[in-house]
Amino acid sequence: MQASRRPRTGDAVLWFATGLATLLVLTILLILLVDVIKHGAPRLTLGFLTKAPAEGMTAGGIFPAIVGTVALVILMTLAALPAGVATAIYLHEYADPMAIGTRVVRIAVNNLAGVPSIVFGLFGLGFFVQFAGGGIDKLFFGGAKVYGQPALIWAALTLAILTLPVVIVATEEALSTVPRDVRLASAALGATKFQTVVRVVLPQAVPGILTGAILAVSRGAGEVAPILFTGAAYFLPTLPHSLNDQFMQLGYHVYVLATQSPDVDATRPLLYSTVLVLLALTFALNASAIVVRSRMRKRMAGNQA
Amino acid sequence: MHILAFSAVAAMVLILIFIAKEAWPLLTSPAIHKEVTLAKMWFAQQWPGYDAPEHVWQPVSEVPKYAVWPLVVGTIKVTLVSMLVAVPLAVGSAIFISQYAGRRAREIAKPAIEFLAGIPSVVLGFFALMVMASWMQSLFDFDSRLNAVVAGVALSVAVIPVIFTVCEEALGAVPRSYVEASVALGAARWQTVTKVVLPAAAPGIAASIALGLGRAFGETMIVLMASGNAAIISANPADSVRTLSATIAAELAEVVFGGPHYTVLFALAVLLFFVTFVINFLGERTITRMKRRMGVSA
Repeated sequence: MQASRRPRTGDAVLWFATGLATLLVLTILLILLVDVIKHGAPRLTLGFLTKAPAEGMTAGGIFPAIVGTVALVILMTLAALPAGVATAIYLHEYADPMAIGTRVVRIAVNNLAGVPSIVFGLFGLGFFVQFAGGGIDKLFFGGAKVYGQPALIWAALTLAILTLPVVIVATEEALSTVPRDVRLASAALGATKFQTVVRVVLPQAVPGILTGAILAVSRGAGEVAPILFTGAAYFLPTLPHSLNDQFMQLGYHVYVLATQSPDVDATRPLLYSTVLVLLALTFALNASAIVVRSRMRKRMAGNQA
Repeated sequence: MHILAFSAVAAMVLILIFIAKEAWPLLTSPAIHKEVTLAKMWFAQQWPGYDAPEHVWQPVSEVPKYAVWPLVVGTIKVTLVSMLVAVPLAVGSAIFISQYAGRRAREIAKPAIEFLAGIPSVVLGFFALMVMASWMQSLFDFDSRLNAVVAGVALSVAVIPVIFTVCEEALGAVPRSYVEASVALGAARWQTVTKVVLPAAAPGIAASIALGLGRAFGETMIVLMASGNAAIISANPADSVRTLSATIAAELAEVVFGGPHYTVLFALAVLLFFVTFVINFLGERTITRMKRRMGVSA
């Protein structure tokens, strides 16, 4: 009797403890979502999305922050996508996995993902704003401050480097789902390696690359620390209209409203609504990435059957 | 194309060069040495108006003081609190999802945790500052509303998905044959889990904790908003703290370019870079080795 009862108690204990941990994690998410939706939804009107902040950020909307965020992530994607996809193609299609160069690239990709976001901010300031921007000013503008200051383009490039590993990992996963037979068939027809990669492998990997791009945008849209010193502004009366303008951004707007408001009670409803918009944006992006990925996996499973 | 492929390597090298370049005068510049040196940062100093040598971080004052220990202690305290909360929850969830949960539970929990990973850290910072701090204040009656416990708990929410994802993958990578052999020998489910699956996945679990640690150590917005930002050395987790990352974020906007304060802040970034690099490097290496041993291609 003793022997047969002990295992059952053990299972009950382990099941309960680990199940409780799972439940707690899900509860944290639920509490956060309920709180933000409850306090954020009432103020979330069309006007809030389409108007500029007014009366010292205690009224009005977040239109400039939305425009700034969108401009930022578009520029970021334009920079991160080609570099990330090229790295993934190199790692997956060309590189000898045991070669020292390949290992260095892989270590760099893994560790780039772990660099603290504030370090990216300092790097952006030191490299893009001062070195690149300052260099451009010296060469083309006679030292006048045109590009050598925090700007949309520098913040976007800083975020592009931060999101590079996201694109690389997703693209590599996509490439590994393309069956070997397809590559062999292409080679058998006399295609070169380059032709095979560009015309056969890449088109099949598009959904995976798209997933990577969406995840990168989702990550980039929410990061604040890297743009603190590279281009985000507290408040701007006009929308950014060139690459060297500063910009407002949703995450930075949340930070400013939460920590620097002269009247906390007046800004609280706006703050909650801004958080809700930011959360909805990242949720929509992540959900679409999950859908694209699961479709891709289903299709691959269908191919193999 | 092959040149573009080394973008990640170039990024790592450039990051190191450009933050180290701005921190370099701390070692070489006599003008900066008048105000701060490495020794002054790491050893207690006798400041005018103090009874004994002390570690003080007070960069904006008549006599600027740049002791880093208060920031290091603050960072360690917040990181410790976050790991104490995150490790049991994340590893527990990973065990439940990979060993016990049915398909339906898994299909709810996994995307939910993935979504948790997608929450911007500024949102978690906001939630800690506006909501959690008040709840915990009324619950524990803290002296200071924002402190290491509030920041640590908020930080754990960001760390949980990191640990969970890697840990769950490690548990899933344990070969089926191990489990089948254990069950065939008459072991109960829990015996199989604790005596076969967990030991086999141990390196992966350790790596997941290391990666979580790296994330906690360098996370900025949450601690900037929820820690109270007071640079004091104390063992009490209910005191306000100031972390390395939050110090950089809070102070860099107001410093003179190239001045001593600016240089010191970049030196802190170099410190953050190296500590997270070592933690992540060890974590990733463990994962790669484990995958290879279990016959999964890395």
